[in-house]
Amino acid sequence: MSFKKHERIEKNLTLMAVLVLITVSIGGLVEIVPLYLVKSTIEQVEGIRPYSPLEMRGRDIYIREGCYTCHSQQIRPFRDEVERYGHYSLAAESMFDHPFQWGSKRTGPDLARVGGKYSDDWHVAHLIDPRALVPESIMPPYAFLAERDLQTDDIVARIETNVAVGVPYTEEMVANAMADLLAQANPDADHDGLLTRYPGAAVTLLDGDPSRVTEMDALVAYLQILGRMVDFTNTAVEDLEAAR
Amino acid sequence: MTTPKKDELTGVATTGHEWDGLTELNNPLPRWWLYVLYATIVFGVIYAFFVPPIPGVEGILPTTRQALSERVAEAREGQATFLTGIENSDAAQIRADGELFAFATAGGAASFAENCAPCHGAGGAGAPGYPSLADDVWLWGGTLGDIEATIIHGVRSDDPDTRYSEMLAFGRDGILTGAQIGDVANYVLSLSGKAPDAQAAAAGKEIFAENCTSCHGENGEGMQELGAPALDDAIWLYGGTLADVETQITNPKHGVMPAWGGRLDETTIKMLTVYVSTLGGYEE
Repeated sequence: MSFKKHERIEKNLTLMAVLVLITVSIGGLVEIVPLYLVKSTIEQVEGIRPYSPLEMRGRDIYIREGCYTCHSQQIRPFRDEVERYGHYSLAAESMFDHPFQWGSKRTGPDLARVGGKYSDDWHVAHLIDPRALVPESIMPPYAFLAERDLQTDDIVARIETNVAVGVPYTEEMVANAMADLLAQANPDADHDGLLTRYPGAAVTLLDGDPSRVTEMDALVAYLQILGRMVDFTNTAVEDLEAAR
Repeated sequence: MTTPKKDELTGVATTGHEWDGLTELNNPLPRWWLYVLYATIVFGVIYAFFVPPIPGVEGILPTTRQALSERVAEAREGQATFLTGIENSDAAQIRADGELFAFATAGGAASFAENCAPCHGAGGAGAPGYPSLADDVWLWGGTLGDIEATIIHGVRSDDPDTRYSEMLAFGRDGILTGAQIGDVANYVLSLSGKAPDAQAAAAGKEIFAENCTSCHGENGEGMQELGAPALDDAIWLYGGTLADVETQITNPKHGVMPAWGGRLDETTIKMLTVYVSTLGGYEE
């Protein structure tokens, strides 16, 4: 039987080494080749940009508070999901996320397109006391975010870390990081530079207190950009498939 | 290599390997298990032709994205009579047509629950700062056209045609003193017969005439073109106590409603308009 063939391999070190190498190579190729094809799986769509400094800090808070344990950020290409949440998520929409926040559990609703769906005021009131606005909600309150000053002194380091993993922040973005962060949290500031660098960034009311930058400001800025970078009124699914 | 011998104790064949007198029993995997394994391998290879795991390679079956387009198209096809009917009618005509009305109300209710209820409450009950839609009082106009325009463009939204107005911050910007604000707040409450201090209310009448009537009307009846609420009824957006009214005069809050124009399609917005008009009535 086959044990005889095994015996031949087991007793011939060179043959065994060659066969081991072939086996391991196949396993390696299966794992490595897809990494080189990742680019071709990301749709070429207009509008995806790196997060503004305030949005990026909001994202950090989103991760710190474990929002992803109850909220997914991926609208799957099924009819019930697109009828409820809007266009299905594209790979391109999370290509600057390190790590992505797709999530695997929906205790709360999907947040992939929550940006612009509610007002800043609503987000603040809802994060402070979810049941004041949605009586049946089981979300815990995050009122303390409005009390806590946002840590901002490390903003450049955080952006540079993102650059190191491939997020295309420009030198101009790095140089203006602190100014952009403060401008976005202040509705009375000059937003021209910020909005040129980060189109569509939410600069309206945020937490309603322009005198300081809180973690609430950052989180609301992040929530308000989710799913808004791509203009789907001009993007057809056939084009996306062709652009792969 | 010796012929595999049977182990005397167990009666199981050995593999023929022997190390210092130790031999190895040969207990092969059950046949059925092996056949299932081979079957899954064969299935996997065939399945790869139907749904290739390689990006950019077309398979026999459509991708999930293509399948989705087909499903949605199928569903729209099934609703086509209603959808084209809604597309070709305005909200008033939809209300007049029994079948369209029923479809639009059901569709509007579903969309309302997902998109509108977080602020306006289930059934449009409203919340402090978020107007109730279940009454027949309208901030920005209650005709079907007004309701539709508000949904499309929003209030103080980023839409260029958004409904917009801003109340002066009479206290914060020092236009009125604290005492004057107390007086005018009493006067405002007196319009609905609830002033706690009649003397202050009388004193506030003139302040009201000078500062408030251009938007809220001579008698506080409100002005829908400016979204200025009526002050002579018992409905209060930010609370109806003296302190609430004083706070609003001192440092007014301005509610924001997103523009739903780009977000929801025209048909959905029409269905929402019809649904909202069933909650608490509308203006002819």
